[in-house]
Amino acid sequence: MRRYAINILLCAAALALVGLAQADMLDKYVLTVITFMGINCIFAVSLNLVNGYMGEFSCGHGGFMCVGAYVGSLLSVAFFTDSKLFGAPLFAPELAPFLFPLVLLGASLAAALAGLLVALPSFHTRDDYLAIITIAANYIIISIVENIDAIGGPRGFSGMKKAVNAMSDFADCPWMLIWTLIGVAVCVMTVYRLMTSTYGKGVSAVCQNEVAAEIMGVDTNRVKIMAFMVSSGLGGLAGALYAHVYGYVNAQSFNLLKSTEGLVMVYLGGMGSISGVLMAAVAFTLLVEALRFVIPWLNDGLHALSLLPAGYELSQIWKWVIIPLTLILLMQFRPEGFLGNRELTQVFPRLKRWITLK
Amino acid sequence: MPLLEISGLTQRFGGLQALTDFSFRLEEHELVGLIGPNGAGKTTVFNIVSGFYRPTAGRIVFGGRPVNGLKPHRITALGLARTFQNIRLWNDLTVLDNIRLARYAWLGYGFWSAVLRTKRYRRAEKGIEAKAREVLEMMKLTDCAGELPRNLPYGLQRRVELARALAGQPRLLLLDEPAAGLNSADVEDLIRHIRWIYDEFKLSIWMIEHQMKVVMTLCQRLTVIDFGCVIASGTPEEIRNDPGVIKAYLGDETL
Repeated sequence: MRRYAINILLCAAALALVGLAQADMLDKYVLTVITFMGINCIFAVSLNLVNGYMGEFSCGHGGFMCVGAYVGSLLSVAFFTDSKLFGAPLFAPELAPFLFPLVLLGASLAAALAGLLVALPSFHTRDDYLAIITIAANYIIISIVENIDAIGGPRGFSGMKKAVNAMSDFADCPWMLIWTLIGVAVCVMTVYRLMTSTYGKGVSAVCQNEVAAEIMGVDTNRVKIMAFMVSSGLGGLAGALYAHVYGYVNAQSFNLLKSTEGLVMVYLGGMGSISGVLMAAVAFTLLVEALRFVIPWLNDGLHALSLLPAGYELSQIWKWVIIPLTLILLMQFRPEGFLGNRELTQVFPRLKRWITLK
Repeated sequence: MPLLEISGLTQRFGGLQALTDFSFRLEEHELVGLIGPNGAGKTTVFNIVSGFYRPTAGRIVFGGRPVNGLKPHRITALGLARTFQNIRLWNDLTVLDNIRLARYAWLGYGFWSAVLRTKRYRRAEKGIEAKAREVLEMMKLTDCAGELPRNLPYGLQRRVELARALAGQPRLLLLDEPAAGLNSADVEDLIRHIRWIYDEFKLSIWMIEHQMKVVMTLCQRLTVIDFGCVIASGTPEEIRNDPGVIKAYLGDETL
């Protein structure tokens, strides 16, 4: 029993969260922040597969999130709502809670296919050159989406809120929180199980010595395809959840800035450490939200001390000065992130007695 | 039927002719050597045979199958393993994981099995684990199973690399300068060790080596190349007395 203590604790915490939300004891804002924390966890853990375990520098992860967000939204709208684009719903809206996993799956598969855009060039390119390709992939995806007028083009796309409402009509639960928690569990389990299997360790082998990997029987091209597709597929899952939480998507929300957020979380947590990246995703989401309050305080404070010229207000744009600055400081003073490439159970071996990972 | 038959192998890198019309035969359970001065093209031969380079011309038949143009991992799956001149281990994986990964070509399960932890996955991993432990035991490496290779002394790293090559149960083992960087006591050990591997695993070994002591005591036959061309082949005794070899390879010194 003791071996499952942390497992049970985590499940209990998730259930408690859902329970609190159900009982309306959580502020709507707090609930949204918690949901975004989960989405960031999925986004960062999936990116970690490529940037951490495979040692490639992908800076276009936002693009795959974009594919997932749009495909997920389109599927939702087509499945459960009466829309101009697709006409009558394919399924009765009462089925939404049961068929929503299909929407998430479709979004992930589409994003995984988009991952080929980076996986195929990776056969012959590495490092900086591949990083440039990932940036290009990010731009390509956003440009394509922005130029398809049928799905709103640069105006963005909405309508999936109706699908979420259909779920709420069926049963009044915090549906998106539930799906996000399930998503986090699926994502963490997938990456963890993959990376502890001999099959998945092929990814580490390719990272650490590609020549040896190929010579010792590892089909390096297949490993790369697998790693990029799993990573972008889970990124797509994060995108689909994001779209349904917001109820509106715009391609520009998934530009390089979004990809950079992912990078910050991965490097903050420690490359190749799932627990580290999870901690970083939570911390980063909190930091971004905290700045919403801190920047006005800072503004007032600096004006009170007349350190800022009258008439200049410190705006939320400064978030994008402060966050990159934390990254610079991090790289200077703790380049390996919270945990380096170790897991929490390796840093604190005693934890192993309380948790069972399979 | 020979285990490995190479005929007319030629390799050009741009304007450089690294290997010219190289032909070679190797039978089952033979221990032979490939020697030559620095830059003669020895490692090029190994790189072609293991599939890393695609030869300009020539034909390679391994175990009765033409293997030209096959990717290295496919050739490995046919029963060929090699070590490298400069050690190439996966330094952030444990020694045990290094050996486990050598079974990659025979995994027997895929992505979904790994993620869903199916019965097939558990059975396969059990087999891989047992095999890896067995190899570690045989190579007297059990004590460092949990260590990272980069924390091991150089001699042990060489042994781990050898164990990794053997974990694939190869029919042919290519050793690229196994004695490089070893002191004379280690070299004695290595000679005994290679002979033991040769007897125990009943495989063929083809080795590149600069230390004459190693090749002269171990190898049944030797091939000598210089500037990409075979200049002599025969028993160590014949090579030792071949005037062409002495001139091209050893200058005026005698062995």
